[in-house]
Amino acid sequence: MSQASTELVRISGHTGTVAGAGLNREYQVAKLVDTSTCIGCKACEVACLEWNGYTFSETHFDNTYQTMPETQWNYWNLIKFNEHEREHGSLMLLMRKDQCMHCEDPGCLAACPADGAIVQYKNGIVDFQEAHCIGCGYCITGCPFNIPKFSPAAHKVFKCTLCNDRVSVGLEPACIKACPTGCLHFGTKPEMTALAETRAAQLREQSGYPDAGVYDPPGVGGTHVIYVLHDAKNPEIYGGLPKDPHVPISVRLWKGPLKWIGNLAMVGGLVGLAWHYMRFGPKKEEDDTKK
Amino acid sequence: MTSDAVVRSSAAGGEQLVPRYTLAERMNHWLGALAYIYLLATGLAFWSPYLFWLAAVVGGGFTARFWHPWIGLLFTASFFWMFFQWIGDMHVDANDRAWWHSISHYIRNEDDQLPPTGRFNYGQKLFSWGMFYSTILMLLSGLVLWFTESLPWSLRYLRYAAVLVHASVALITIGLFMIHVYMSVFLEEGSFGAMVHGTVTRAWARTFHRIWYDRVTGGASSKPAARPSSQR
Repeated sequence: MSQASTELVRISGHTGTVAGAGLNREYQVAKLVDTSTCIGCKACEVACLEWNGYTFSETHFDNTYQTMPETQWNYWNLIKFNEHEREHGSLMLLMRKDQCMHCEDPGCLAACPADGAIVQYKNGIVDFQEAHCIGCGYCITGCPFNIPKFSPAAHKVFKCTLCNDRVSVGLEPACIKACPTGCLHFGTKPEMTALAETRAAQLREQSGYPDAGVYDPPGVGGTHVIYVLHDAKNPEIYGGLPKDPHVPISVRLWKGPLKWIGNLAMVGGLVGLAWHYMRFGPKKEEDDTKK
Repeated sequence: MTSDAVVRSSAAGGEQLVPRYTLAERMNHWLGALAYIYLLATGLAFWSPYLFWLAAVVGGGFTARFWHPWIGLLFTASFFWMFFQWIGDMHVDANDRAWWHSISHYIRNEDDQLPPTGRFNYGQKLFSWGMFYSTILMLLSGLVLWFTESLPWSLRYLRYAAVLVHASVALITIGLFMIHVYMSVFLEEGSFGAMVHGTVTRAWARTFHRIWYDRVTGGASSKPAARPSSQR
């Protein structure tokens, strides 16, 4: 915000261009995953591990190319492989890169009780600060995408950071750097959204995918990881991508109305008991002479 | 069972005291009380950011989260011991229902207008049964929260239920706890001493638990009627 005064748009009586014209003033970043051009090579899986310093985990073989059933505390992104038979009988091999969606309205952050354990930056990245994490796992309950994963060694939760340490110094995330087909893109949210819409229109008009679209779920306020899907009406076929994700209603109730009711009841209870004592005093025993 | 001991004198003053709680009952009660207070402090820290500082007092956030479920198990064991120790005196009968109809007298400290009670009055029985069901619900929801990362995604509805049940039932136990502490520390003088020293005065026993007093002293049987037994 303090930089706004240096971002000039017009200058009076001035010859030539406005210095600073065309500055990128967008603060929100986004990663675009185009599932229609992913080849499932897993360069992104390897790059993520390498950048974050994790060793490669053992494959859980389940008759597909998928490395393991879900992301892990030390395996933050995972290509999900699903075979899907279309109505007219042809087969698709769907490959979707699964990782934290960096929601604009993060359920993990809403559920977390520990001061400073989960933060959201102005650019939209949602980051776990493990130093403040108490290991309660409420974030696991809050997330509609099944992303936070508990480390048994650290007793804390971990997830994709959208390479905040790279982004904050002007680099693209490691997965984007490694992707050989250019299926992964990184830029501002408006840029990525426009690119995604263009690609989805292309799929609809030229490639025979009439239901192609962009996955940017409004139920969580939109996400900073968006997908181009061949079939945006059925996201579940892409390895369980939820159709209309929300922060769970029980988390909303717990942190909203129940919090108010509970706090008022506790304070009211204390006030009521104090009033009762001042009004009625302690109970008196019967006169001891009576028997 | 209650000790049907004969009334014995105290050391000084000659005042005759009635035994009410054994040493085991008292020690277990305070163990459970301390466990509950720890659960309350850590639980309130997790409940509200405004109270998260309580975690610092009991070992830090991470430590608090580690010990909270273990102390929960300790509290459950302590409470169930008490509950089954006293269950014989906790059954609800017609006398209790009559007492409940006169509850406004109890609240106004007009205890002479109440029917006589046994070892525990209806309020105490409600507290015991309320804590019994609450402890079970806290244990079950607490287990889901303790091992939340081990539950598969397909059973996530258990997590959603657990966060609501655990917080709501905790609030109920906090209400019961407030009333219990108020009654035993402030309202009914002698109750706190009973749980520390194990004895009460005859006057206290006659006033608040006449049927029990008559039973343990082998005294004149009071009429177990629904009308007040004292005359003014």
